Amino acid sequence: MATTTLAPRAATYRQRSWLYEWLTTTDHKKIGALYITTAFLFFLLGGVFALLIRTELAVPGIQLIDPETYNQLFTIHGTTMIFLFVMPMMTGLANYIVPLQIGAADMAFPRINALSYWMVPLGGILLFSGYAVGGAANAGWTGYAPLSAQGGAGLDLWLMSLVLLGMSSVLGAINFLATIFKMRAPGLTLMRMPMFVWNTLVTSVLLLFAVPVLTAGLMMLFIDRNYGGGFFDPALGGNPILWQHVFWFFGHPEVYILILPAFGIVTEILPVFSRKPLFGYKAFVFATASIGALGFSVWAHHMFTTGAVFLPFFSFFTFLIAVPTGIKFFNWLATMWRGQLRLDTPMLYAIGFIALFLIGGLDGAFLAVVPFDFHVQDTYWVVSHLHYVLVAGSVFGIFAGLFYWFPKMTGRMLDERLGKFQWLLLFVGTNLAFFPQHLLGLDGMIRRIVDYNNNPGWTEWNFLSTIGAFMIAVSVLPFLWNVFVTLRQPKTAPDDPWDGNTLEWATTSPPPPYNFDALPPVRSERPLFDLKHGAVAAHAVALPAQRGETHDETRADAPEEVLGEPIEGHEPQVAAGEETPQVSEAAPDALPHEERPRTEPKK
Amino acid sequence: MTADSQLVQVAHVEEDSHAGHPQQGVNTALLGMLLFIGSEVMFFAGLFAAYFNARASALSLGQPWPPEGLGHIIEPGLIPIVATIILVLSSGSMQWALWRIRKGDRTGMNRALGVTLLMGIVFLGMQAYDYYELLVHYGFGINSGIYGTLFYTMTGFHGAHVFGGVIGIAIILLRGVAGQFSARHHVAVEAVSAYWHFVDIVWIGLFFTLYFLK
Repeated sequence: MATTTLAPRAATYRQRSWLYEWLTTTDHKKIGALYITTAFLFFLLGGVFALLIRTELAVPGIQLIDPETYNQLFTIHGTTMIFLFVMPMMTGLANYIVPLQIGAADMAFPRINALSYWMVPLGGILLFSGYAVGGAANAGWTGYAPLSAQGGAGLDLWLMSLVLLGMSSVLGAINFLATIFKMRAPGLTLMRMPMFVWNTLVTSVLLLFAVPVLTAGLMMLFIDRNYGGGFFDPALGGNPILWQHVFWFFGHPEVYILILPAFGIVTEILPVFSRKPLFGYKAFVFATASIGALGFSVWAHHMFTTGAVFLPFFSFFTFLIAVPTGIKFFNWLATMWRGQLRLDTPMLYAIGFIALFLIGGLDGAFLAVVPFDFHVQDTYWVVSHLHYVLVAGSVFGIFAGLFYWFPKMTGRMLDERLGKFQWLLLFVGTNLAFFPQHLLGLDGMIRRIVDYNNNPGWTEWNFLSTIGAFMIAVSVLPFLWNVFVTLRQPKTAPDDPWDGNTLEWATTSPPPPYNFDALPPVRSERPLFDLKHGAVAAHAVALPAQRGETHDETRADAPEEVLGEPIEGHEPQVAAGEETPQVSEAAPDALPHEERPRTEPKK
Repeated sequence: MTADSQLVQVAHVEEDSHAGHPQQGVNTALLGMLLFIGSEVMFFAGLFAAYFNARASALSLGQPWPPEGLGHIIEPGLIPIVATIILVLSSGSMQWALWRIRKGDRTGMNRALGVTLLMGIVFLGMQAYDYYELLVHYGFGINSGIYGTLFYTMTGFHGAHVFGGVIGIAIILLRGVAGQFSARHHVAVEAVSAYWHFVDIVWIGLFFTLYFLK
């Protein structure tokens, strides 16, 4: 595709070594790849910790791990999975995809982008170096005071690690917001942005306003621990409940930070693999924004049993969040309704996400009921809920995104059969590992304890849960093998393997360093569909097409269409002039400023 | 007309453009600074929340707030008042520098920046002296109960932000002396100015909260 004449200075660019190039890169795609790889390594590490925890819990009694080690295990497992796996993984995917989806050449601040990335491995090293100084942090990922005000140097390292990772997230959020607000392609208005970009936008707003509050809390705890401060010490006039307020004021937006990008990925995948436009684009946008806004008004539902919060308010607002989430669910289902479903691996993950996240979401609605929350506070019900939303939610979304965008990132298609096999293992394993924990929680099994009583049924459910955990672990192996084998094959993936709608599929796979030679004009939220099928087809299919109608022909043809070859009889100019008046109305103000028709054919 | 001919050529090298798209509205770098200030507001909001939480706890237990025996803190002495006046004035001189460069007056901007820098340094010096007085003469430290913790944490983090602002002003002053700014190109001055005003406003909030709120 490259037809641009390089500036004379470009000739003096020196080819650097592979290692130097990756260490110093400011290319959003390379930084995205670094994020994704780093996050996956931490996923494996956190997974090993989870296996140790589940192995110890397989049967009653203390067999493998002493209580102190166990406390460190679940603390580091939680912190790693949230701050070093899901967050960097989502940031990595967004780093790679968002500039491509909005038709930009890079992020707004490429060097700050590199800085954001390099803080992540540094934060990881700080966190794990606790093991080198006599024991890692052991107060849980929530680090409740006054427990977290005691303990060894591992907790100080945990604090510093979170401060560093928080700074990385805030800088990343600023970068995404500036990129999305300032660098969209001509014609790509806010209400034409792909849903993944919208979700990244809302996530970034949440990060921007939630993470600094956590940083303030971490600083207070550090001062209490090291300089004799009294923030959380009642003897000095402080209040340990303050930590919970500050932590959850960050912590609740944080759960949307972890799940909204996954919503975005799923919302990208469903229309493409259902061969239909997204149902209710505007409703999706407003639902995403209101989830973000409501996310700041429900933090104290984590603190019902403290007696320090106004229960009806926080219970009501927690229920309220189910409304926008419900809108999303119905829109997802309506998007698939009567579509021509293609059950490729990304779609399987997206469907698995919808099915299982629903369970996690309903668990959450249960927890909003104050009397029920009093009953299951600190039990395995909570563990089950958060793993259903984070494993069945975020992790399914991440795998959906990895399978969906892998061809764009590497130019190679992952093996579908291995992918489907992995999906099946993960789907069964997730349910096996976490569903029994509901029942244990209802029965009163307390979380974060190394041992449990041999009450009737507890051993069986725990043993099943451990089997499920190992199934999840085993399901990662076919993925690693899949990536390993695929990366050794030649780059044969087409530019647009899934017949996508958004701009990232308009460039080569993998994209050149500058991303685009040329951009299609953007006149809807599906610019690539418009390019492939012409404006008429775009608007015709956007109507609720029924089987047997004339538009069905277009839909059936769609998967065979190749980028840049318009359907005969659907010439855009004819369309704009004669057939559909709404196109000609929309076209003039939507026409990009820089539109310069190319005379040479592409390729 | 084929679909291919609809493609919009991306301009790779173009003056005043970002990624080939023309700049409109607020400058990207300035937007980045404004967003960063938004996150900083939330950081200080966390600290203020700690203050008001401690105050509410004390009042609900029927204890006096501020805790007794802190008259030397609560009654603002000469140093905090003068330091506050200096910081507020420095915000004015910062704005003056911005107005000068918007008119293309480099010398005027450099002078105003020099004055701002000086006032920022004097503020930090006075804060250090205030800390010294409190620590040595009154034995009031960060471990002297919740009020000491709050006082030193809030003013300390604010002082760190003033220090960051002073470094920023020094950088744009050096760049201004080197003649790098003009009426059209001075986004760094705009950004540092916005940050300095933010630091000033936080101090006004701190000053009234720590010294006047009973």
